[in-house]
Order: sequence, then C-alpha cells, then structure tokens
Amino acid sequence: MPNSGTKHTVKAFDTDINELRGMVAEIGGRSEQAIAKAMRALQKSDLELAAEVVREDKLIDDLERRIDELTFQTIALRAPMADDLRELIATFKISGVVERIGDYAKNIAKRVPVLSQGKKLGPVSLLPSMSQVASELVHDSLEAFARRDAVLAEDVSDRDQVVDDFYTSIFRATITHMIENPKDIGQAAHVLFIAKNLERIGDHATNVAEMVYFAAKGEQMPERDKGENPADYIADSNIDNKDT
Amino acid sequence: MDDMTSGDIQESGVSSAEGASQSISAGDGPPKMTTRNVNVFYGEKQAIDNVSIDVNMDNVTAFIGPSGCGKSTFLRCLNRMNDTIPIAKVTGDITLEGEDIYAPQMDVVQLRARVGMVFQKPNPFPKSIYDNIAYGPRIHGLASGKDELDHIVETSLQRAGLWNEVKDRLQDSGTALSGGQQQRLCIARAIAVDPEVILMDEPCSALDPIATAKIEELIHEIRGKYAIVIVTHNMQQAARVSQRTAFFHLGTLVEYGVTTDIFTNPTEERTRDYITGRYG
Repeated sequence: MPNSGTKHTVKAFDTDINELRGMVAEIGGRSEQAIAKAMRALQKSDLELAAEVVREDKLIDDLERRIDELTFQTIALRAPMADDLRELIATFKISGVVERIGDYAKNIAKRVPVLSQGKKLGPVSLLPSMSQVASELVHDSLEAFARRDAVLAEDVSDRDQVVDDFYTSIFRATITHMIENPKDIGQAAHVLFIAKNLERIGDHATNVAEMVYFAAKGEQMPERDKGENPADYIADSNIDNKDT
Repeated sequence: MDDMTSGDIQESGVSSAEGASQSISAGDGPPKMTTRNVNVFYGEKQAIDNVSIDVNMDNVTAFIGPSGCGKSTFLRCLNRMNDTIPIAKVTGDITLEGEDIYAPQMDVVQLRARVGMVFQKPNPFPKSIYDNIAYGPRIHGLASGKDELDHIVETSLQRAGLWNEVKDRLQDSGTALSGGQQQRLCIARAIAVDPEVILMDEPCSALDPIATAKIEELIHEIRGKYAIVIVTHNMQQAARVSQRTAFFHLGTLVEYGVTTDIFTNPTEERTRDYITGRYG
C-alpha cells in the first residue's frame, strides 16, 4: 500500500517528512553537480574547479549527517508505521549512499592534477559519455524517490547495465593502451580508477532505486537480469595478461 | 443464531465488508474460537457487520480501530457479554472448540469461566487478595480442599507475576493494591478458573508505562497457554504484544493478518491511514 499523499493528523509529522525530502533532494542535487564539475575539470584540466569539488564534498557530508539526525529523531519521536516507516528507513540509507556518490566525484576530482599533465590518453574520451549516463541514473533515482515512483526505480536499475558496459569497454581499451604504451601506465591507472568510480556511482544509483522501490511497495525489488559482469572480464583479462 | 450448521461454518470462507477479501485464519494450529458472518445490532443500529475471524492458542490477537469501530462489541460477543444488554442482538456463528457458544444448551456461566475477561479499569472484588483469586475456583468447585485452593491461588498469582509482591499480605484487600497490581490481580483471577481464552478490553489504558510493560510481559509469558485476544487503542501496544492484528472500522473488519505485515505493509488503504495517523 503506497503513500497516497494524505496528510497526517499531526501536521508536525508532515513537516518533518517534508524537511527530510527537501534535504534528500538537496544532497542528490549536490552529488550530481559534483560529478558534473569533476568531469568538466577533468576535460578542461581545470585544477581550480577540481579543488572546488573536493572542498564542496564537506557540504555533502554535512547534509548526510543532518539527514541522519532528523531521520533518527523522527523515528524516535513519531513512531512511524507502514509506508512512513519504510520511507524513513529508505531516507536513512539513501543519505549514506548518496554521500558515497559524492565521495566518488571527489575522488575523480583528486585525479585531475595528475591527468592534466601530458597528452590525454585515448580511453579518456569515453569517460564523459559514461559519466553522463551515470549522472542521469543518480538524477532519476532521486527523482523516483521524490515521486515514490517504483517504475522509474526499476528503469534506473535496468539502465545501470549501460554504465557497466562502458566500464568494460574502457577497461579493455585502457589495458590495451597500457600494453602498447608502458610509459603511460601511471596515468592509465588513474583513468581506470575514474572509470571504476563512475561504475560504482551507477551501482549506488541502483541502490537508491532499490530503496525507493522498497519504500513505495513494501517489498524488495525483484532481481534484475544482468548482462556481462565487468568483474568476469577482469578475471579473464588477468589470464590473458599472463599469456601476453 | 442462524441456522448454519458447523459444517457450513468450516466451509464458509471469507466474507467481510465491501467484498474485500482477506484472511480470517489465525495461523497454524487449530483455531480455538471461530466466528463466521457475525452481526451485532443495538436496536436498529448495526454495530458489527458480517465479521469472520479465527483465533488460536499460539498467537495473541489484537483488535485495533478508532473509537466506535466495534472492536469491543465484537470482543464481547466471544463470551456473550452482550447478553447483558437487552437491546443487543447477535447473529452469525461463534464456536469455542467447535461448540456453538450461542446454542441454547450452552451454560453461560461455564462459558465465561472458559472465556475469561479482563476490563479496562481494574475491578477487583472488595475482598482480600486471596479471596479475589479463590472466588472463581470455589463457585466452580475446582478445588477439593484448602490445600488445593491455596495451590490454585499461588500458581495463579505466580502466572500473573504478582506472587512475590503479595505473598506476605494475601489477606489484605485487593482494592488496596496499585492500579497495575490490581490489573494483574484481575488477570490472576481470570487464570484461576483455568480458562481456554482470555479476552482483554484495553487492559492497560488506566496504567502507567511501567505497569503497562509488566502486563505486556505477562501477556508474552502466558501466550500459548491460553488464546488471548486484546482490544487496544494503543497501536504500539498491539504491535508489541500480538502476532495477529485485526483492524476494525465502522463495524466492519477491514484487514486481519500477521502483525508485522499489518504494521509494515498493510494491504488496505484504510488500515494504512489509521496506523500511520492519517485517519480523520
């Protein structure tokens, strides 16, 4: 039985819940922005913008703490039940996941100074498109939360495969580049980490989507069909590397 | 009662308000009491509309719902307390261990010993603690001598978690105890006649949180020995003490199910609105 939007008799409860929804929207918006800024800094070798992403991550951390405090208080004081309880549990977990997304953006930004030295490696050209898709997943998962939209949540979960496919492509291209250009191995390793961060951002967007689904429907999202798992390729490529 | 036979009772599956289909089952194990298509009228006014529900020994069953929803009225059908109200009329089938409790041959005094009741306000007799407990076994002839009666008094008070607090003053008046102790005395009094079912009508609403917690712990302790049905306005209490919850609204049974499901993911919108505080 999903939330019908009917108001609570105790209006202060609605005030708490609305404040939390506002804060979740804000932490989501800030995380999306952090990804976008980090990627722009990477493309333009803008060290100042990269430093700004690192600085602003504190705001995301603060928001997470405030969301957790208010969720905790609301559970303690309002004794929520049913969809209210599910929403608050989801809020509590989503704040932690979105904060991690911010950390990944920060981690990308921290790699900008190293990658801005020397020429750009070929595989880097795939990163903006990958980040675009990952960012959309973050946006849509939080949109699904705002709208209590289990269908959109399932869609996000399905689309994570696109991010995984990007990761596999970039992984292959980068490994090939490393083999052919051993002197670039240091930079190439950073490219791999950035791709991995974006892949994790996609996974976390899926985690948010799963919690939205749970909050809306009161049951876990059914297992989704997964395509090729990047981890399988990595395991295979290790064997390939030994042969090389 | 209606002319339904007990065979019909077993087969007449779900029937409830507005065609909403929901479980009437009390869960695993044979039902201790079954009710089918129960209607209660106070004169012209219908207070209960076609309610069917089972209760068993393994689960504490909680009835919740807003004031006037019929939950207490329905509870009172289970030991024929509504008989005392001249304008009340009950139809449908209610059985205890398969026996129709509204059958003409049913001895209502015996029935109320088998289906005991604890009320909102503690109502000990203005007698000693000992006599409060001994009264029932005496009139029902359950004890053959003083020793046996002493034993019943002691075990009943022990089961009600009151023995250690009163064992040195059994001759003091029951009304001199604290509210929480009086309520446990009333539960001990119900237990003393070895009932099969204990009905509790808001047993904690006049008690402070500590006395309430003691009653809830007591309910937990005696679960399985008796089928327990509790009416409560306190939804947290229903969530804490029961394994099955029934939500009543305007005389109908809206939803009956496993307590954890009712409080985490109810099926019916009216249940959800009530338990989340969106009602009215």
